[in-house]
Amino acid sequence: MPNSRIINVAACLVATVMLTGPAHADEAGIFDEYRAMFGDDNPAIFVIEEGEEFWFASQGPKQATLEACDLGLGPGVVDGAYARLPRYFEDVDRVMDVEARLRFCMEELQGRTPEEVDDRPYSLRGDLGTEMEALVAWLAEKSRDLPIAPGQEHDKEREAYSLGEAVFYYRAGPHDFSCATCHGQEGMRIRLQALPDLTTHEGAAVAYSGWPAYRISEGVVRTMGWRMRACFRQQRFPLLDMGSDVTVALQTYLAVTAAGAPMAAPGLKR
Amino acid sequence: MAGKIRIRAQLDGDTCEVKALMRHPMETGLRKDQAGEPIPANYIEEVTVTHNDKVVMHGYWGAAVSANPFLGVRFAGGEAGDKVTVSWRGNTGETGEGETTIR
Repeated sequence: MPNSRIINVAACLVATVMLTGPAHADEAGIFDEYRAMFGDDNPAIFVIEEGEEFWFASQGPKQATLEACDLGLGPGVVDGAYARLPRYFEDVDRVMDVEARLRFCMEELQGRTPEEVDDRPYSLRGDLGTEMEALVAWLAEKSRDLPIAPGQEHDKEREAYSLGEAVFYYRAGPHDFSCATCHGQEGMRIRLQALPDLTTHEGAAVAYSGWPAYRISEGVVRTMGWRMRACFRQQRFPLLDMGSDVTVALQTYLAVTAAGAPMAAPGLKR
Repeated sequence: MAGKIRIRAQLDGDTCEVKALMRHPMETGLRKDQAGEPIPANYIEEVTVTHNDKVVMHGYWGAAVSANPFLGVRFAGGEAGDKVTVSWRGNTGETGEGETTIR
């Protein structure tokens, strides 16, 4: 008996070494394996359903739906609209991302106040998902497999790109960080997460096409706007407002760098 | 949206694959809020999947399951149009359920 116990302990040790060995050698591959285990299982499919229901739900003082909302391809056209954003909108004379445009429609069509719409666009800890997250998930699904094609014809669209590029490289805050600090080099990682190089088409395409995404660790769908806000927070920058010129500019910079790649959202992230 | 379960049931050969998303905070009872007060435990204890009113899966869950649980389960048999339900009962006595038909 004592002998077999020793053998068991030895076997366990060998097993431990074998398990930890390859893991350390190939950290970037771990999440890919994990994601592969999910197969087609993306809980976002249900958030997409919610988003569709929100679009057709009568809300606000005007008890109106969002059906007349013009996302750039005409009132009520949702197929392919997400992939063409951010873009210039003549009625407001500015460039908007999907969240800024949805907010505009909620206020214009449904008569909701900015305070209400801006109150909690992104889920906080313990939240079960927001209307904005659901709507964006559904709209992204309506652009699946279509090429990313943000507007760059109008002066303001090109301005947004230039501003986005400038913000991307702008070092500030207590850590003297810029977006480029983490996302300007190939093959880097933070903890176990591989960091895409967003200055290249390939890197930006992977990053941009996968948002919005179901975030496994948080149990909710996160949007590109939330991702921008989270990056600002990690840099210890001021809170990035939803739909603000800065977030629109950053998303324009990313979308133009990623242009041509097919949308693959809602994706699945750690 | 708490209490409502979204379900998909799809035939894959001779098995039926059920996927369900339950909106639930799954509070363990061990966390504290910003004022330092304990947040009461609130989690799903029991989950049941039925096919045409016959139980095909029954399980006991606990506080270790994540918020907004996503359930995937396969069972043999089932035909397009059959009724599939998923329901849960929480430690607080609260219940939730959802229903769909196999496609």
